Parts: sequence; structure tokens; C-alpha cells
Amino acid sequence: MNQSADVVATITESDRSAACPFCGSPTEEADLFCGACGRLLPLASGISYFDVFALPRKLKLDVQALEREFYRLSRRLHPDAYARASQQEQDWSLANSSFLNDAYRTLKDPIKRTEYLLKLEGILSADEGGTKKEDRVPPDMLEEVFELNMQLDEMRMNRKTGEDDPQLHMDLLAAKTSFDDQLKADNANLELLWEKWDASVDNADDPRKHAIKAEIAALLDRRRYIRNLVNSVDEALEG
Amino acid sequence: MSEQRVIGIDLGTTNSLVAFMAGEQPVVIPGEDGLLLVPSVVAIPPADIGAASAQRAIVGNGAAKYLASSPDRVIYSAKRLMGRGIEDIQEELKLFPFHLAEDIQPGEVLRLRVGDSEYTPSEISAFVLRQLKQNAERYFGAAVSKAVITVPAYFNDAQRQATKDAGRMAGLEVLRLVNEPTAAALAYGLDRQHDGIVAVYDLGGGTFDISILKLHEGIFEVMATNGDTHLGGDDIDNLLIAIALDDIHGDRGIDLRGNAEAVQAIRKAVIEAKIALSADHFTLLNVELPGGFKYQRKIERAQFESLIQPVLDRTTAPCKRALKDAGITAAEIDEVVLVGGSTRIPKVRSMVEELFDLGARGKKPHTELNPDEVVALGAAVQANILSSGSIATESMLLLDVTPLSLGIEALGGVVAKVIQRNSTIPASATEHFTTGVEGQTNVAIHVVQGERELAKDCRSLARFDLKGIPPMSAGLPRIEVKFLIDANGILQVSAREQRSGKQAEIEVKPTYGLTDEQVESMILESFDYAESDIEQRQLIEAKNEANTILAAVDKAPLHAAWKQLSNEERTRIGLLRDELAVLKDGEDLKLLRGATEALDKATHRFAELMMDSAVSTALQGKTMESAGESLGEAPNAPHPFAAAEFKPAAGHDSQPQ
Repeated sequence: MNQSADVVATITESDRSAACPFCGSPTEEADLFCGACGRLLPLASGISYFDVFALPRKLKLDVQALEREFYRLSRRLHPDAYARASQQEQDWSLANSSFLNDAYRTLKDPIKRTEYLLKLEGILSADEGGTKKEDRVPPDMLEEVFELNMQLDEMRMNRKTGEDDPQLHMDLLAAKTSFDDQLKADNANLELLWEKWDASVDNADDPRKHAIKAEIAALLDRRRYIRNLVNSVDEALEG
Repeated sequence: MSEQRVIGIDLGTTNSLVAFMAGEQPVVIPGEDGLLLVPSVVAIPPADIGAASAQRAIVGNGAAKYLASSPDRVIYSAKRLMGRGIEDIQEELKLFPFHLAEDIQPGEVLRLRVGDSEYTPSEISAFVLRQLKQNAERYFGAAVSKAVITVPAYFNDAQRQATKDAGRMAGLEVLRLVNEPTAAALAYGLDRQHDGIVAVYDLGGGTFDISILKLHEGIFEVMATNGDTHLGGDDIDNLLIAIALDDIHGDRGIDLRGNAEAVQAIRKAVIEAKIALSADHFTLLNVELPGGFKYQRKIERAQFESLIQPVLDRTTAPCKRALKDAGITAAEIDEVVLVGGSTRIPKVRSMVEELFDLGARGKKPHTELNPDEVVALGAAVQANILSSGSIATESMLLLDVTPLSLGIEALGGVVAKVIQRNSTIPASATEHFTTGVEGQTNVAIHVVQGERELAKDCRSLARFDLKGIPPMSAGLPRIEVKFLIDANGILQVSAREQRSGKQAEIEVKPTYGLTDEQVESMILESFDYAESDIEQRQLIEAKNEANTILAAVDKAPLHAAWKQLSNEERTRIGLLRDELAVLKDGEDLKLLRGATEALDKATHRFAELMMDSAVSTALQGKTMESAGESLGEAPNAPHPFAAAEFKPAAGHDSQPQ
């Protein structure tokens, strides 16, 4: 596995001492347990969700293998296993198992996993304080969105006055179907980008990684925008 | 024994139970009256009976007799008030005779008035917990100080904290709060560990929960949970009560709404009718009202079913939301487990079958374990996992979720979610805050729980004041706040100013919680007599035991087996009998127990001879004490209160053992 320079930097910043607090044996940054005595170690501050599962920072992932590993680690990290241990070990277990749970929740979901990777790679999504790109209409959708907004307005008006326009209802359903199809297409595109990303990681091709990162970020923004549209249509249809 | 036993407690709205793992099987511990269910009813008799017994609380069936004579001294369904504020319980107040202190402000912990004293809901629950603790101590003959307590899965942070506080007040270290439906799944999972997806439908006295779990090689992973903490069997009772009150008003022109005694009488009759309708197709609602007249009404099951349909319908939406959150369809549910007394109602069962598409797939919901006991049994399983463990629980691990999203109030009163509902716990989130004004040294954070967009529509959990931020230009400090929901579903918060590396000081103002100092003072108040209480109780029990055996020995010469004993044996029994007769009027517990044991041992052979000659039942190894019962000397008859509501409907369930 190759890592870019900035990642190496964050790891060396970690404040965990390298020795196991129980037996003094040297430990690795991402170790959850001491290799020598097997006891629970405090979590190093620089490690990522990928590190907990000893996974490379790639986007294609065997979710079933991830689940198996999650269960295996849960048995060893969960506070239940430390109910009779020292307060310090209980605290570590709480911190480590919450990190494990957060990691599993993020990595098993393809979108969350992709967003998390972008964040690790220094690209902030909209709700992380980045610019609100999803508010901007993707250029190829301008016309479609314009028409949809008119229809949504009309639907809301009808609702207020108690009118029912079957044609409008049909139009909105059609729009929803069209957006759902686009989401499916985007998902397929996202998987292609995953493969490209994983390949560039394997080849340690940094310029290529940069380019793909940007592509993925743009695709996620577009996807988020469409999701919001689908939600608005759902709301209008359900009232 | 080197290690104390950890007990599992089901602290219910209507009934509570305590259980423990006896070897590889969980077992419910009976109370002094021999009954397993302890009604969650607390009576606080007037203090003027004597200084020593001032503020003593009577719990369970014993409290019931006060319901008729002085209902204002009896508190039940206190669980409905746990962790709630005055503005949350307006609906409850219409239906339940809670006497609240008059000066409670919104945002304050509730206080209940009994005579001249006030009690928080946690204190009332502590009385119930202390009773359960004592039942266990009497059963083990040893002290108990650690427990697992169950809570509705849909309980929020404040309600969980209030339950934990109650445990502390009762002198219990609460090792874990476990969600009730999950506990039920553990109890079922003990015997039948095969993988699959299980839904637990839990309709109790006051709350409804639905949990969907994935079982995999001993791991119980909750996929999603949902529910309603204002929905349960009580709502069904209240519908029937309302009809009875209307009838009486119409027929006789008497409005009994404000008459606590009459409403209580109607409630009792309504519960009996409800239970009868689970077995029969019609029943007679029969109420003896104060003032000497009778109210009667025939109720048919079909009528009852259409009456309660709106209540049952309210369980549908949470089930659908849970399925959606779990990302599965009803047809993917392999098994459904029914929990809570209200699931004995046939209509509830048929509705669940339909909801989860069981009938079409040739399946039935699971009801093998008594729905009143299954949660306590599961709590005992979790208690066992957390203590020494056993072969049965060795591979079991429960991964539960937080039922509600955790959020922070952002600009404009909008909620920024930091931990989503149905996240596996422990769960955490890290957020960064900064200052808006030059030199600002503190930042206020409002934490809420719920799914709504605006903070005012969510449940306010606490306000945190981050203090001691080093004075810097506006926007420069970077305060990292870590929110962590622990395995009990309770929030912990820590903060750090990253530029200075200084641990920021956090002042937590829980919206509906008690401070540590308040909890501490409530422990002391109940502790004052807790110790002497146990001694007193043990002495009384030892005396009862002595009386039982003495009565049996006095009857012994009437039995043919007596003549088969040797002279020495008879003399020895006589001597020990006289010794015990003297000691039983004393106060020395140790001597009394010793003498009882000695007499019991001395009569061992007699008991055997007696058993041998009795019919053909081979009751080998019995001693005088137990043989006494067959001589018709059984002590203290059970109180009548619990039986009515909780008598299992015929043919509906088997006992757990």
C-alpha cells in the first residue's frame, strides 16, 4: 500500500507512545491489541476508519468480509468484555468500540465510504464546511429543474386550495422516475470511478489520484442534488 | 462465594421482576409472597404511625390495600414520568391520578406529592428497585449490589439517566441498561441459536417498542428500533374506563371522573374484563361502585376489538419505520417474538401476523416464553454476560443502537444531526466549534434528541457551557467537542481547545435530570434505614421460618412415623424444639438461624419416614421444613392484588421452565 505525503504527516503527529502500557513491547500505530501480551491498547489519534479494519484506502470493498471483521473485532473491543476490567481499560474499550462502530457504519455504506475517503484526502463535502455545491444546478439539468420547480409550485398551490390535478400528479411521478434513473446511472458511474481510484492507488499515481478525486466529488454533488429533488417530489406527492 | 451475583431487573410500568442465571438458565426470583410479578406500586403510609417507620415505603401487592383506603398515598405507573417535564405529561395527567407538586416549572424534574413529602419519579422507582434487590438478597441469603436494568428501547437520554439514578438510589450499581425488546431476544436466543432476522414486538403496560435484530453466531445486532413511549395496555384500559364513566353519567347522571376511588374500582374491573376477553368471546364488566350501586355491561370480543383498533393501529407506523431503517421488507423477517402482557390479546397477535406477513409464509409469532417474564429473563442473561459468564452465554454479544438522533442546535434553531438514529452503540461524533466575538471565553451548546428539523420540536437533553477558552480573536479558537453515546444509550461529552491543547471545562445542565449532588442526597435518605431494614426483614423471616417448623414438630407425634423414631431421636428433637421456642422471641438472628437449622436436621429422618408412608409420591430428601407445608402449615398467603391482571389467559403460554 502506498500513501501520499500528507497522510504520512498526520500519522507521525500521533501522540501515542509506541510501547504497550502493560508489557512494554513495541506496538504499531494501528494496533488495537498488543502483539505480545494481547491486551487492549488505547486508540492512536491519527488512525482512520480504514486502519481499524487494516484496509487500504480503496473504495471497492467486500462488505461481507467487512461484516465478519466487524463482528470479530466487536467481540474483543465491546465494553461487555471489559465489565470487570480496570477503569482505564473500560474507558479505552468505550473509545475503541465506538470508533469501530463509527468506522463500520461509514465503510459499509458506499456513499458514506466515498465521502469519508474524500474527507481523508482533503476534500470537504458541503456539510463539512465546504462550498454548498449541491445548491448549484448541474448545467445539463437546467431545463428539467426549471420545469420541475414550476410543477412543484403548482402542486403546493393546489394542495392549499384543495384542488386535484391528475395530469400534474402524473407529471411529477414521471419526473421522479426520470430522477431515479439518473441516480442509478450515477451509481454505476461512481463504481467506475471507484475502480479508477483503486487502480491509481495501486500505481501510486498521485496526479491521477487528484484528478479522480475531483471527478468523484463532482459526481457526489450531482447525486446529492438529485436526491434533494427526489425528496421534494416525494414531499409534494405525499403532501 | 467470592463474587456477588449480578441480578437482571425488568422495571416495568405495571409490574417489575428480578431474575438471575441459575447455572445455564435464567430464573425469575419470587417475592416473599411467592409471586414472581411485583406490581410497580408504591404506598407511603402517613409518618405518624411511629417515628421509626416514618417514610417507609410499601411496594408491590402490599401497597395495593392502600389503593382503596388512601389512594392519595399510593403511586403507580411512575415509569411514565421518568425523565419527563411537566409539559410532556399533560395527556398522562388527564388519565392518571398523579398528585404533582404545584410549583413545578417547565424544564424541571417532576415531583410527586404524598402527604407533606415530595418524591421524584426516580425515588419512587428506587423503592421498587430496592424491593426487588431485597427479594434477591432474601433468595440468595447474600447481599446484592450490582444489576442490569431494562428500559424501553425508545427511551431517550433523560429517561435512561433517570432509571440509572433510581438504581443508584436503591443501592445498586447499574452495570448496564438494556433495551427491553433486545433483552427478550437474548432470552429467546439462549435456547435456539440459529442465524436470521428477528423482529421483537413489545407492547407493554405503558410503552411500545419494535426492534429488528440480525442474529449471527451469537451476535445480536440490532438493525433498527422504533416505538412510542406513550402507548400501551394502559391506553386500552383508559378507553374502557371512559366508556364506563360515560355510561354511568348517562344512566345515573353522576359524574365520577374526579372520584379517584370510583375510577380505581372501574380500572380494576376493566382490566379483569380485558383479560377475560383474551380467552372468551364475551364478558361482563362488573363494578361495585362506592355508594353501593353496581355498574354492569356486557362486552363482546368483536366490540372490544373495534374499540381498541385505533390503539393497535398506532403500532403500525413504528413497525414500518423500523423496517425501512433496517433496509428490509416484512417478508425478510424470519421470526417475530411477542413481548408484554398486551400481546396476549388475540387481535394483537393476528395484527402482527398480518403486519409481518407471517400467515402467508406458514409462520406464527413466538410466544413460548411468558411475555410478562421474558424481559427479566433476558436481563439476567445480560447480567451473566457482564459477570463471570457461563457456557450458555459465552459466545453471546449484544450490539444495540441508539433509538433517536442526537443533534446540536445551530443558527436559527435548526438541528444539525451529529449521531443518526439506529447507530450501533457505543457511538461517537466529533464536532468543532469556535467563537464569534473577540476574546470570547465560553461557548454555549444546546444538545437535543429527536428526528425533527427544529430544535424546539426535539427533546432538549442538556445545555453545555464550554468555559475557559483562552481569549483569542473571533473565529480563531478551535474547540473540539466529542459526543459519545455509551453502551447504555447515555450521552457523555468532552471538549478540548485544540490550539492551546487545553481541556475545556464543561458545565452540564441536564434539562430534566438530577445533579449528582441531588442523587447523592436521595441515596442517603433511603440509606438511613436500608441497612436496618435488611436486618429487620431477615429477623422477621427467620422467625416465620422458626414458627413454621415448630408448628410442624408439635404435630409430629400425631403421625405414625413418629413411633418409628428411636427414643434418643425423639428426645433430641424435643430439646432442640424447646431451645428454638425460646430463641424465636429473641433478637439474635444468628442463634435463631442456627437453632432452626439444627431442628430441621434433627427431623430429617422423621420427614423421610413420613414421606415414605404418605401416598406413593417419592419425595425423598425432604426435611421437616418443607414437609410442614404438606401438614397444612404453609405460611403467609399471597396477597390478592397481582393475580387479577396478570393471570395468564388459559392456553396462551407455557411457563419458562
